Amino acid sequence: MKIKDEKYTGLFHSIAYTVILLATIACLFPFILVISASFTQNDSIVKDGFHLIPKVFSLEGYRLVFRFPEHILNAYGVTVLTTVVGTLLGLLFITMAGYVLQRKDFQYRNAFSFFIYFTTLFGGGLVPWYIMMTKYLNLMDTYTVLIFPGLMTPFLIILMKNFIRSAVPDEIIESAKIDGANDFKIYYRIVLQLSMPGIATVGLFLALAYWNDWFLSSLFINKQDMYQLQFYLYNVINTIQFITQMGAGTGVSLGGDIPTESTKMAMAIIATGPIVFLYPFVQRYFVKGLTIGAVKG
Amino acid sequence: MATKRTLLKEIITNRILFIMLLPTIAFFLINSYVPMVGVYYAFTKFDFKRSLFNSEFVGLQNFEFLWKSGILTKLTLNTLGYNLAFIIIGNVLAIVTAILLSELRIKWFKKLTQSIMFLPYFISFVILSVIVYNVFSYENGFLNTLLKSLSIEPVDVYNTPWAWVILIVLFYIWKNLGYSMIIYLAAITGISDEYYEAAKIDGANIFQRTWYITVPMLKPTFVVLLLFALGSIMKGQFDLFYQLIGNNGVLYNATDILDTYVYRSLKVTFDIGMASSAGLYQSLFGFVLVVTVNYIIRKVNEDYALF
Repeated sequence: MKIKDEKYTGLFHSIAYTVILLATIACLFPFILVISASFTQNDSIVKDGFHLIPKVFSLEGYRLVFRFPEHILNAYGVTVLTTVVGTLLGLLFITMAGYVLQRKDFQYRNAFSFFIYFTTLFGGGLVPWYIMMTKYLNLMDTYTVLIFPGLMTPFLIILMKNFIRSAVPDEIIESAKIDGANDFKIYYRIVLQLSMPGIATVGLFLALAYWNDWFLSSLFINKQDMYQLQFYLYNVINTIQFITQMGAGTGVSLGGDIPTESTKMAMAIIATGPIVFLYPFVQRYFVKGLTIGAVKG
Repeated sequence: MATKRTLLKEIITNRILFIMLLPTIAFFLINSYVPMVGVYYAFTKFDFKRSLFNSEFVGLQNFEFLWKSGILTKLTLNTLGYNLAFIIIGNVLAIVTAILLSELRIKWFKKLTQSIMFLPYFISFVILSVIVYNVFSYENGFLNTLLKSLSIEPVDVYNTPWAWVILIVLFYIWKNLGYSMIIYLAAITGISDEYYEAAKIDGANIFQRTWYITVPMLKPTFVVLLLFALGSIMKGQFDLFYQLIGNNGVLYNATDILDTYVYRSLKVTFDIGMASSAGLYQSLFGFVLVVTVNYIIRKVNEDYALF
């Protein structure tokens, strides 16, 4: 019986290691492909296609991107600005809302929770929202329109509320009140200190959404120097595609001297960089925050 | 509990809390509730120069067009179909990988693989489109390079609609697996060791322990995630579809969903009337669906109901 059990356990573990290893490779493989392509000479890509290891190593993709760095630095600037301002403001509002909505002595908290939750059930749709933003609020080509819509989501507020509820015992709030602290002081001095994993989690969600956003630019920004990084990348890719296709159609190679393929890949790497590097630092908090906020709530 | 105070009195007593909640209330009022007035556009012939209620009222004309042209049926079926595939396949795979990962004994391997599987969640959909191009482009793609080296005819994926049905689901899972896996992993960690010890004494092997203890214990998490996903079943992953398909009309029949249609009508073909009608239809259909599902769940098991 014992021997049989060990046999099963061994089998199970070999399955587990194999499947997880394969899944990990599948997750990593596309990244390696893009990184490799970004360091490959363009002619080599055109002739032999993309490979896992560069056939002919070259930095020409990166060189081209940084030959005229104004545009990409501009896009970087816009994205860093919206990400930092949006994440900080969003965190302030979300933590305050989460704190208020879990206070048991706050009557109508259920009503307000439903007021927030209802927006996930029904909405006016894209068009009325778009017309309101452009025609009535005149937010075309402003930083406000790149920041405001992403400040909070019902999901993040619920996550924060659940996290605070489990991380900050009611007794602490009660005793602070007896000591004469007002509600804001309790939030500022106690709740924020005890909710770091939750704040890190929500902050990462917000930062990720701002960093990866291209949609708001595509809807509301006409000025090229206000494009967010991802939308700038999207445009470069489409322009390159367009040039290449035009060239193929007319027989004239318009993109001939430009290392189009490796440039595209280099741009992709540059646009991804920072947010991926951020991940290892917040990962510890992130898993904990998600666990408490989303599972136990 | 004290007797319920009136709203005014409550505002005075808890004024600091109200002030702290104010930004959030203002946000949802502006961003979500005010635009709801604009659903009226769906019943008008849009004219940018006129204000909302001066626009010419045309009744259900926009809806009639969408319905008769068959667009609405196609979009609805695509949206529902893709979302169901995302939810079912995504959750099943997340559960399987979470269970397998939780059994790994080598600490660094477990940590490393978990981190790497979470990585795709962090990239933007623009980058995803670059990756997909990298693999499937007809001229230079990795797939065709591989096929050529094996002397097999290259395939033209970007002109093959059915292939995208698979690819979209595949890349959705690729991007989200790590995230949903973490949620299930957390739920597994929460299962008490006593169950497993008792089962071991009774002679259950690891497969039986997994099937009779872990899987049933994950049911509540699964149901919660399922219900959350059902709530947004008519909205769907606009970024994913738009970045992978873009304006490639060849693929629309197999890949167009309500979100992409609304966006194109607004930004590409400038058909505001169609866009707002399709948008309103999406909202209403989704709303009715969620309320119905929630009603049924409430009958079956009240604990799981969303509201």
